[in-house]
Amino acid sequence: METNLKEICRDIRCDIMTCIGHLGVGHVGGCLSVVELLAVLYFEAMHIDPANPTMAGRDRLICSKGHAGPAVYATLANRGYFDKKELLTLNQGGTHLPSHCDMNLTRGIDMTTGSLGQGFSCAVGAALGSKLEKDGATIYAIIGDGESQEGQIWEAAMFASAKQLDNLIAFTDYNKLQIDDTVANVNDIAPLADKWTAFGWHVIEVEDGNDVEQVSAAVAHAKGNIGSGRPTMVILNTVKGCGVSFIEKLGVANHNTQVSEADAQRAIAEIRGEE
Amino acid sequence: MEMRAVYANCLAELMEKDRHVCVLDADLAKASGTRGLYEKFPEQMFDCGIAEQNMASIAAGLASYGFKPWIESFTPFATRRICDQIAISIAYAKQNVKIVGTDPGISAELNGGTHMSMEDIGVVRSIPGIVIFEPVDAVQLRAAMPVLNDYPGCVYVRLFRKELPDVFPADYKFNLFKADTLREGTDLSIFVSGLPTVDVLTAAGQLAGEGISCDVINVHTIKPIDKETVLASARKTGAVLTVENHNVIGGLHSAVLETLAQEKIPVCAVGVPDRFGEVGKLPYLRKTMGMTVEDIVAAAKGAAALK
Repeated sequence: METNLKEICRDIRCDIMTCIGHLGVGHVGGCLSVVELLAVLYFEAMHIDPANPTMAGRDRLICSKGHAGPAVYATLANRGYFDKKELLTLNQGGTHLPSHCDMNLTRGIDMTTGSLGQGFSCAVGAALGSKLEKDGATIYAIIGDGESQEGQIWEAAMFASAKQLDNLIAFTDYNKLQIDDTVANVNDIAPLADKWTAFGWHVIEVEDGNDVEQVSAAVAHAKGNIGSGRPTMVILNTVKGCGVSFIEKLGVANHNTQVSEADAQRAIAEIRGEE
Repeated sequence: MEMRAVYANCLAELMEKDRHVCVLDADLAKASGTRGLYEKFPEQMFDCGIAEQNMASIAAGLASYGFKPWIESFTPFATRRICDQIAISIAYAKQNVKIVGTDPGISAELNGGTHMSMEDIGVVRSIPGIVIFEPVDAVQLRAAMPVLNDYPGCVYVRLFRKELPDVFPADYKFNLFKADTLREGTDLSIFVSGLPTVDVLTAAGQLAGEGISCDVINVHTIKPIDKETVLASARKTGAVLTVENHNVIGGLHSAVLETLAQEKIPVCAVGVPDRFGEVGKLPYLRKTMGMTVEDIVAAAKGAAALK
């Protein structure tokens, strides 16, 4: 599976670059940083059925950092939720694939997100819903490191722990960069693991969140916490723009940046190891 | 019976019938009258603590799971404080969440300016897809609750908590999208919502004695406003007065003006004159804001004279 997952990550990365390159601009940095996580969740961890995206009792992913929509769409397309050709409609007028996730537009999207902090609370609500329905589902949530500056994240963290929502597994995409500067310079969220521990969560730190094997092991570990009475936070130390060197090099400028079709082709060659 | 007791009893009936109906609080269950329901419905009552933003988005998450959550707080914290959560987690995401704001406008009394929402209708009314309902008595609230619960979308309920005199008869038939004519007249249309309705009826009685006959129409649903009834009455009488426990900007007055924008009909207002609240009891606050029966009578005469 792991070789396969690496190949899947390459496919997802290429599709992200293709659709953002086709459009010319996008949140490329924060899409590329979560590719390994999305591959592990949708191709290994989650109980889902692409033929039945609203299946009762399915596991759900809520991407609270909604601007990673293109990465989720590329993953869903690779998983068979819709035709890959649709990825080229990203952010075109009338598209089903808007820059930020929309549950009413996109097959397979479980929650509308984009106003930072809110999606995480929605995930907590879904985890509570699953507990009440006793359907055995696991709710996964992805939050950004910059997003963790939102007070609502910590309101939700407190509630999830107080209500013992151990069916909630959250991830921080800790790529250390946000729009204006580094997270440390803007309003530092460190020590992040201590904060989540203090809020009563299990915390798993992944040294390289862009190593699919490490991510896979962490998700398996987190699933082992279900039944413990405490939710789990997996902190993924990632690289914003991971896998495309000229995007990585942009640093803080890669949050939302222009990508030409030629840039995309160059990126794809690098991802495919043809450069 | 206090309005909050009627509300809580109705919620209990709804929760009894449907385990997907649930209530979320932000440490004001006692104020909303629902604290007593926690023991009976432990899997349907959730206190989120003093974290209204989280409460609103959790409700959206529960709604996405097929639940029918009601969230409650004082009006300012149920609307302006969580405006973005209402707009995005609930309205934009099309989640079936009911929002209940208690102590609207001057009824916050001794809690004063910080707890007085003069702008909540304006805040919510400018977000697409939300129904805004303000009950005027226990009869109407009791009739409305099952209808609101069954309505498959977001509703903002602006709820006065304490006892109110009955305006409607026991056999009242409620239609969420139709305004109720309480009194018929020919000289002036008075559109009123919520708390001042009783005062408007008193004023209309006095005006009749002075030869001014008024249509008195309770606009319980401010959005979508019942355009048909508003237009028909305004065209019949040729002059309009709106009366509301809210800023005259953004609430009922604005909704009526928008409805009558193409008509050559004068529209006057009684309501909070674009200012913040302050501490005081209702009689003091009515006087301070220009919302007494005498103010309503004077404004009605002024409106009728503009014809």
